[in-house]
Order: sequence, then structure tokens, then C-alpha cells
Amino acid sequence: MSDHAVTIRVNGVERSESVPARLTLADFLRERLDLTATHLACEHGVCGACTVLVDGETARACLLLTVQADGSEVTTLEGLTEGDELGPIEQAFWAKHGMQCGFCTPGFVLTIAEMLDDNPNPTREEIIEGLGGNLCRCTGYVKIVEAVEEAVSLRGGGG
Amino acid sequence: MKPPDFDYVAPTSVDDAIKALGSDAEAKVLAGGQSLIPLLAFRLAGPSLLVDLARVDGLDHITDEGDRLVIGAMTRQRRAERDPVVAERCPLLVESLRHVGHPQIRSRGTIGGSVAHADPAAELPAVVLALGGRVHVTGHSGDRTIEAEDLFQGFLSTSIEDGEILTAVEVPASGPRTGWSVVEIARRPGDYALCGALCQLQLDDAGAVVDAHLALIGVGDRPMRAHAVEAAVLGGASPVEAATLAPDGLSPGSDVHASSDYRLHLATVTSRRALTQALESAA
Ligand SMILES: Cc1cc2nc3c(=O)[nH]c(=O)nc-3n(C[C@H](O)[C@H](O)[C@H](O)COP(=O)(O)OP(=O)(O)OC[C@H]3O[C@@H](n4cnc5c(N)ncnc54)[C@H](O)[C@@H]3O)c2cc1C
Ligand code: FES
Ligand code: FES
Repeated sequence: MSDHAVTIRVNGVERSESVPARLTLADFLRERLDLTATHLACEHGVCGACTVLVDGETARACLLLTVQADGSEVTTLEGLTEGDELGPIEQAFWAKHGMQCGFCTPGFVLTIAEMLDDNPNPTREEIIEGLGGNLCRCTGYVKIVEAVEEAVSLRGGGG
Repeated sequence: MKPPDFDYVAPTSVDDAIKALGSDAEAKVLAGGQSLIPLLAFRLAGPSLLVDLARVDGLDHITDEGDRLVIGAMTRQRRAERDPVVAERCPLLVESLRHVGHPQIRSRGTIGGSVAHADPAAELPAVVLALGGRVHVTGHSGDRTIEAEDLFQGFLSTSIEDGEILTAVEVPASGPRTGWSVVEIARRPGDYALCGALCQLQLDDAGAVVDAHLALIGVGDRPMRAHAVEAAVLGGASPVEAATLAPDGLSPGSDVHASSDYRLHLATVTSRRALTQALESAA
């Protein structure tokens, strides 16, 4: 119906666009900005594939309208590291085979980034609890938990 | 699916929000969107206008009023969960918040949105009911207060009228020697519970229970306060004895997740565990 002017800082770059109210942040990122690391599966909040950071906190990009995010700072997987270097969490996923098809991975990486910023030395139980909002249909989660433990030591925590 | 088409406004005052709601018979309030956007995506709701409260002044606060804790409707769940005042004045609320979905949901979901949505398996409506709290609402005909026992009217239904806005949720602050517990049976952590019990007990110096609050979720079309169990506990019954009264007056439906009988069984089990844990933490 109506179009709305929004300004959102995405991965450090200010983006001003005119968007319909119904456009979700996930579709804004994927369709308008071509940032396709943010995946969409369920589109109703249960799977976590669309997880991004909004003002530093994880949120479901499929459950947030772009107009609601006006004035916010959004970080997607693309913005987590600079250039083509793998960050410690991505490296840990690679080292520990934390992914198979990889569809769920961007959401997991952002969830884990926030988890380790909050709590650099989580116990195994805390890791499992912290991953509860992200679904993976391939790995059975064991390798993802191991990847988090690896990321803890790569980031200099642990021990 | 994608949400259907609708219009959107983000007023900055309560007055403007009420005007916007009154301007369109199909208008709906948008808080954190964590229940409303899924309803739109499923096409179970089709409002023509969303009135976003996120930019309204004065709805995001946590206020310690001595014997009461008042929380602004737009206070995000994650903020309340981490707030030291809430932890001290209403620890049952903090414990309950940890059971609401996942951190990624609580970062956007609000206290007022959860109470207004009134899901029969949701934790926050049950906290307000268990503790005998109330909500403050405002509309074109002025402000009013609704006691929790009059608020929940049925499945996703409250006595908040169309055109009214919930502005704050109020619960009595907990006193000394208070114990609390939230026990849920869910298919996966973070899911809405099949059945759950939220309990707060207060002891006197001799260790006798002088105040008892117990609400059950997932066992009806709204959160249910377990008055019979509370009375038994106040009368000196043990958690095991008192919990046998939990199914009194309940007639939960059966669905793909659980039969009515199983939910009644869980009402006893979760009540017993919650009472036991609350007693232990109060002692
Ligand atoms: C995957 C997932 C899992 C979840 N698990 C749980 C769970 O285990 N337990 C649980 O309790 N919740 C759960 N939720 C729901 C979550 O807690 C929601 O945040 C909450 O129910 C609604 O709050 P909101 O601020 O997002 O409101 P919205 O979704 O914006 O609004 C919900 C409804 O309330 C109305 N409303 C909102 N605010 C007001 C107001 N101030 N005045 C008048 N009307 C208002 C809206 O019009 C709408 O009808 C889950 C959600 C998801 C997506
Ligand atoms: S696509 Fe957003 S949670 Fe599944
Ligand atoms: S790796 Fe395929 S869904 Fe997780």
C-alpha cells in the first residue's frame, strides 16, 4: 500500500530506500541489497536461518519489518568479517565439519557470535541451550557444538 | 509466506497511537511482532493498518514502586530478563522469561505484547495471573486498570477493547523468604509448553507457607490459576498432596501434541515439581 523511507546501517554502510510496509528485513537484505547470506526457510520464526544482529542483538530477520528497523544498525554474516578471511567461528565450522548443506550455517554463526561475546567460555550445556533457537536438518548438531568449542579456543578463550 | 499488504504508522505519543487506531476499523497494534508477524505470514490476520508502538514515548520502563513493580508495555523481554530491579522485585518473572522462546525472540518480543496476545501456553500472562497483578490500558474514553483475573477471556482473547492500548503491566513485588519455580514439559526447549506450572510461595519465620501462587499453562483456553492447590498448600498440605488437586476444574483439549488426559496428568506432575522447588528455594 504505502511506501516508507527508511535509513538502515547495514554492515557499516548507510542504506536509504523506500520500502512497502510488508517487506521483511530478510527480504530487504536479500532482494534490495543482494546480501544473500541471510537465508529464509520457515518465514515464521521457528528455524533461525534468517538470524541477523539488530543493534548488536540477534533477531529473526523474517519477523521484523524493514520499517521497524528504520534507524537501526544491522549486521549480517557478510559483515561479520572483513574481506575473504574466515573469522574464528567460520574457521571452526570448517575445521570441525560443522556444516553439510550449509543452509542453516549463517544463522548459527551469528547466534554463536553473540553467545561468545556474552559468555566467552560457555559450558557444553550452555552451548546446547544457546543453539536452541536454530534448526539444522543435516548435522545432528554434534559437529556444531564441537565447532563452538573450537571457536572458543580460536578466540583465545577456553582452557 | 510473506505478510499480506497493509499500511503502517509509527506514532511517537500514546494519544497519536490511539487516534491512529481509531482511524481504521481494521487497524492493529504492532509491538515486537514476534506473534503478530507469524500470524500475518500464515494469513491468519489481515489488518489494513499496523500501529507500531516502538517509537511511542514512555512505554519502555521498569519502575520499582515499593510494593509493586510496574513494567512499560514496550519493554523488551530480554531487557526485563537482564534487569537487576526485576531480578530483585519479581524473580518469578525472570525465571519465566527464560522459558519464552529463544534469545533471538526475546530481543524483539515485549512484555506488553505477550500479555496482550494471551496465548494459553505463554508464560507472562500466567505470571501476571498467578501473582494477582493487573494491566493499565488507555483508549479514547480514558485510562483504566484491569485485574489479571478479569483480563484473560479465552483463546488469544482479553478484555482489552479494540482501540485500547495496554500501556503497562503491574505485579506485586515479592517479599522476604519467597521461593519460586517454573516447571514445563515441552517437546523441545524454547517451544511453547504442553503444560507448565508457575509457582511462588512465601514462608513465615517458622517456615509455614503464608502466601501461595500457582498458575498452569497449556491446560485450557487461557492461563488457569490453581486456587484449590494454593488453598491446600496454605492449609499445610505437602506438595505431593496438594498437587493431586491441580486437575480440578480443568478440561484441556486434545491435539496432535498431547491428549486431554495426558495434559491433566502433566498438570499434577508440573505442579508437584514446581511446589517442591519453590518450597526449597524459599527455605
Ligand atoms: C519461535 C517462537 C517461539 C516462541 N515461544 C514462546 C514461548 O515459549 N512462550 C511465550 O510466551 N511466547 C513465545 N513466543 C511469542 C513471543 O513471546 C512474543 O514475543 C509475544 O507473544 C508477543 O509479543 P510481541 O511484543 O512480539 O507482540 P506482537 O507480536 O507485536 O503482538 C501480539 C498481539 O498483541 C497485540 N498487542 C501487542 N502489544 C499491545 C499493546 N501494548 N496493547 C494492545 N495490544 C497489543 C497485537 O496487536 C497482537 O495482536 C514465541 C514466538 C516465536 C516466533
Ligand atoms: S526463516 Fe526466519 S526463523 Fe525461519
Ligand atoms: S547443514 Fe544443512 S541444515 Fe544445517
